[in-house]
Amino acid sequence: MSYTIEGSTGSWEVVIGLEVHAQVISRAKLFSGAATDFGAAPNTQVSFVDAAFPGMLPVINRECVAQAVRTGLGLAAHINMVSRFDRKNYFYADLPAGYQISQYAHPIVGAGTIEIELADGSTRAIGVTRLHLEQDAGKSLHDQHPSLSYIDLNRAGVALMEIVSEPDLRSPEEAGAYLRKLRTILRYLGTCDGNMEEGSMRADVNVSVRPHGAPFRTRCEVKNVNSVRFVMQAIEAEARRQIEVWEAGGTVEQETRLFDAARGSTRSMRSKEDAHDYRYFPDPDLLPLVLDEAWVAELEAGLPELPDARRRRFIAQYGLPAYDSGVLVAEQATADYYETVAKGRDAKLAANYVMGDLFAALNRTGRGIGDSPVSADALGALLDLLADATINGRIAKEVFEAMVETGEHPAAIVDRQGLRQVTDAGAIDAAVERVLAANADKVGEYRGGREKLFGFFVGQVMKAMAGKGNPGLVNAALRKHLGETGE
Amino acid sequence: MTLTDLTLTEARDGLRQRRFSSRELTEAHLAAIEALNPRLNAFITVTAERARTQADAADAAFARGDAGPLAGLPIAIKDLFCTKGVRTTAGSDILGPFVPPYESTVSGNLLRDGAVMLGKANMDEFAMGSSNMTSAYGAVENPWKRRQDREAVLVPGGSSGGSAASVAARLALGATATDTGGSIRQPASFCGIAGIKPTYGRCSRWGIVAFASSLDQAGPVARTVRDCAALLRSMAGHDARDSTSVDCPVPDYEAACSRGVKGLRIGVPREYRADGMPGEIDTLWQQGLAWLRDAGAETIDVSLPHTKYGLATYYIVAPAECSSNLARYDGVRFGLREGAEDLTDLYERTRARGFGAEVKRRVLIGTYVLSAGYYDAYYLKAQKVRALILRDFTDAFQRVDALLTPTAPSAAFAQGENMDDPIKMYLNDVFTVPASMAGVPGMSVPGGLDANGLPLGLQVIGRPFDEETVFAVAAAIERAAGFSHRPAIRAGNGA
Repeated sequence: MSYTIEGSTGSWEVVIGLEVHAQVISRAKLFSGAATDFGAAPNTQVSFVDAAFPGMLPVINRECVAQAVRTGLGLAAHINMVSRFDRKNYFYADLPAGYQISQYAHPIVGAGTIEIELADGSTRAIGVTRLHLEQDAGKSLHDQHPSLSYIDLNRAGVALMEIVSEPDLRSPEEAGAYLRKLRTILRYLGTCDGNMEEGSMRADVNVSVRPHGAPFRTRCEVKNVNSVRFVMQAIEAEARRQIEVWEAGGTVEQETRLFDAARGSTRSMRSKEDAHDYRYFPDPDLLPLVLDEAWVAELEAGLPELPDARRRRFIAQYGLPAYDSGVLVAEQATADYYETVAKGRDAKLAANYVMGDLFAALNRTGRGIGDSPVSADALGALLDLLADATINGRIAKEVFEAMVETGEHPAAIVDRQGLRQVTDAGAIDAAVERVLAANADKVGEYRGGREKLFGFFVGQVMKAMAGKGNPGLVNAALRKHLGETGE
Repeated sequence: MTLTDLTLTEARDGLRQRRFSSRELTEAHLAAIEALNPRLNAFITVTAERARTQADAADAAFARGDAGPLAGLPIAIKDLFCTKGVRTTAGSDILGPFVPPYESTVSGNLLRDGAVMLGKANMDEFAMGSSNMTSAYGAVENPWKRRQDREAVLVPGGSSGGSAASVAARLALGATATDTGGSIRQPASFCGIAGIKPTYGRCSRWGIVAFASSLDQAGPVARTVRDCAALLRSMAGHDARDSTSVDCPVPDYEAACSRGVKGLRIGVPREYRADGMPGEIDTLWQQGLAWLRDAGAETIDVSLPHTKYGLATYYIVAPAECSSNLARYDGVRFGLREGAEDLTDLYERTRARGFGAEVKRRVLIGTYVLSAGYYDAYYLKAQKVRALILRDFTDAFQRVDALLTPTAPSAAFAQGENMDDPIKMYLNDVFTVPASMAGVPGMSVPGGLDANGLPLGLQVIGRPFDEETVFAVAAAIERAAGFSHRPAIRAGNGA
C-alpha cells in the first residue's frame, strides 16, 4: 500500500526529489592544490586561488573528475564525454570570487538509476537526473565576535558532486532509503565518505503534494538538511503544511524553506521573488572538459563490486535471504567481514553470528566493524570449534562474550575455562540417571503424556554437566532412559 | 651616445659588448623618469632601488658570462601584472594598498631572463578605456604634440597608456602591456611605437588582474618591431597554471623580423573604412600596401563581412566577463574596505567608492546582459556572432597570409575629447576589436605622421600562433616607412 497523508478533503500523495551535495574524496580542491582535511584550523587550507586573489586562475583537478566519473558509473549513469563549467554569480562573504564554478548547462554525468529496498522487501528504481561537479563555499562564523562575522575559507573550493534525483520518491521512507543507498554506493566507490554529521553529504529536499493521480503541483525546496532522519521528518512536516494550505483554499508558492529540527517544522527562507538571478555563463577561465574514452574505460575496470551486485551474489553464493544480504552489504566493511567469516564455513550460521551476536556486541561497546573487538578470523575460528563439535552452540555464545571482553582467541578461552563439550557416553548416562532419579515425579508426568517436559530434562542434564554436554548425545541418552528409543 | 635613445635590442647588444653597464643604462632611465614622470604620469609606482639591484645583478651576470637574453634591460611593467612585493593597482582605487605575494607568469618570465623593472606603468582602470583617462591615478600625457596646437595635452591611448607613453618618451626601453580590445595596439599607434597582441593563449594570464578572461592577452610595446620580438619571446610560453594557455613552441621571433615578405599574400579587408575616418589614414593604409608590394608581396582584397558587428558584440562579451571577474573586489579579503553596517552595505560602499565611472558602467552592462530573460538576446547572440567573426578570419586566411589595416580611426586626441559620449570613445577600438574577438595576433607599427605631426599606426593581423608572419610583415613596413620621428617630450628634451 502506497504512502498517503489523509487530509480533511481526502488522501494526498507526496512527491519528492532530492538534490544531494556530496563532498568528493580528494586530497586537493577542485581547482586548486590546497588540502581538504576536515577540522583543520580556520584558513589554513587556502590557496590564493581559493581566496580569489587578483589574477589567480582555476585549474581542474584530474582526481576530482575521476571521482565524478566513478560515481556516474556506479549509478549506472550516462557519462558525458564533453562537459563544461559555468559561473554562478552571487555575492556572499564566504564566496571569495563572487561566483561559484559549477556545471549548469552541461553536467559531467547524465541520467542514471538508484535501486532502493523498502521494509516490505520490495524494491524501486529511482531515476537520477544528473550529477555535476561544483565548488563548495567557505564558512561564515557569526558567533565569534559580538558585531563581526568571521570567514573560514578552508572549505572554499572543495569539490562537491551535486546528485539530482527525478521526482520519483513518494514517501519519507523512500527518501530515507534513497539517501542510505546513495551513501552506501558512494562509500563503496570511495568517492564520498557520506558523513552527514560533518557536512560531507547534505540534502536539499523538493516536496510537493497532490491528490492521487492528479498532475504535479508547485514544489518547495527545503535546503541543507543534514541527516537521513531529518530529511524524513522534513518531508512529512512540509507535506502536511502544504496539504493544510491547499485544503484551506490557498495556493502553495514556490519558495526555499529551512527545516527546524527542534520544532519539527519548516519555515520560509526566501520566496520566488527574492530568488537570486545567478547570471550563469560559461567560465572563460576553463576549457570544456573533454574525457578520453580509454580513461573512462580504465576507471570503469577499476570499480569495486557495488552493493546491488554484492547483495545478489550473497543470495546466490551463500544462500542468504534477501533481507540478510541487504543488511550485510550496506557497509562495505561489514560485507568484507562477513565474507571472511563465511568463507568455507556454514554461511547462514556466519550471517546469524554477524547480524546477531556481533552487531549486538558492537552496539553495546559503541564500536564499529572497523574496530570490532572480535576479528573476522577469530569469529571464524569460533565457528570452526562449533563445526568440529569441540564446543556446543550454547557454550559458543559464552565463548563469544568472553572474546568481546578479552579479545582472546576462542580456542584459548575454551581450553582455559575447560569448555570442551562432553561426548563421553558414560558421563552423559551418569548425569541423565542422576537427573531422572532426582525428578521422579516429572518422569511420571512425562510418561503420562506431558512430552513437553523433555526440554526440561535436557536443561537439567546440561546444567548438571555445566553446559558442556554434547546436545545430540544428551538427547539420545534421555530418550533411551525415558524408555523411548526414537520414533 | 644617449643611452635612452637606444632601442632595446641595440641596448642589449651594447651591454653584451660591455660598452656600458646595466647600472649606467638603468640610471639613465631612472633619471629620465625623475625628470619627466611628474609631467607625463606614465608610472604609478617607480621601483628605483629594486631596479638598481636588478641592474647590478645583471652586470654581475655579464661578468660571470651567464647573462639571460634580456639581462640588464630596463623596462616598465603595466600595473595590471601582479608583481611580488610591489604594489599593484590595476589603475583602480579598489585595490587600495594591495601588494601581491606572487609574481605574474609574464613578468616573472621577463625577470627570469634578466630584465630590470623600473616600475609599474599607469593604465585605464582595470584596463577599461582607450585614453588612459579612467585611471584612478590620473591621466597620462602623450609625449607627442600637435604641430599647430602645442598647448593641447594629448592622450596616449589606452588602456596601456602608461606603457606606451613611457616607451615613446624614452623612460623605458620597452614595456609589458595587455590587450583586450585594442589596449596594446591603439596606444602604440597613438604614441608612435610598435606593439603586438599575440594570439590568445600565447602568453599566460596567470597573475594578470583579469578584465575579460576570454579576450585578455599580454604583449609587449617597444620602439621597434625587433624589440617587441625580443620581449615577446621571453614573455610567451605555456603555463600549466592557466588552462587557456596553449602548449606550443615559442619560435625565434627576431629571426622572423628579417624574413621579408616576398611571395606573401596580404589581405586588404574592405570593411575597415570607418565613417568619418581622416583621409590621411586611408592614404597611409594605401602607402603601407604599396610598401609591401614593393617588397615583393601581393595584395588581395578580402571581405570580413561581420566586422561591423565586432564592436557591438565586444561591448557585450567584455562587460559580461568583467561584471563577474570584478565581483571579487568586495572589501572582504584585500584592497579597499569601507566601513559598513552590514554585508550589503560593505559591498555597496566599498564598490561605490573603489570603482570609477567607466568600470561601474561596464559592470552594469555586463550584469544586465547576463540577466535572466536577456541572456539569450545579448550574451548568447554575441557568442554566436563572435564565432562568425572568427570564421571571417579563418576564411580570409585561406586566401592570404596576413591582413593589413589601419590600427585606429584617428590619431591621438586631446584630454577631454571624446569624453562626452562613451560610444565615441568605444569607436577607437573599431579596427582592433575584431582580432581580439577572433583571438588572432595583431600588431601596430608606426607608418607615418598626420598633418598635425602625430603618429599613425598600421595594423598587421595574422593567423593564430603565426606571430612570425606578423613580425615579418610589420618589420617590412617599418623598414619601408623609415619612421624616425621622435616625440616632443622625451628623455633629454623636457620641452
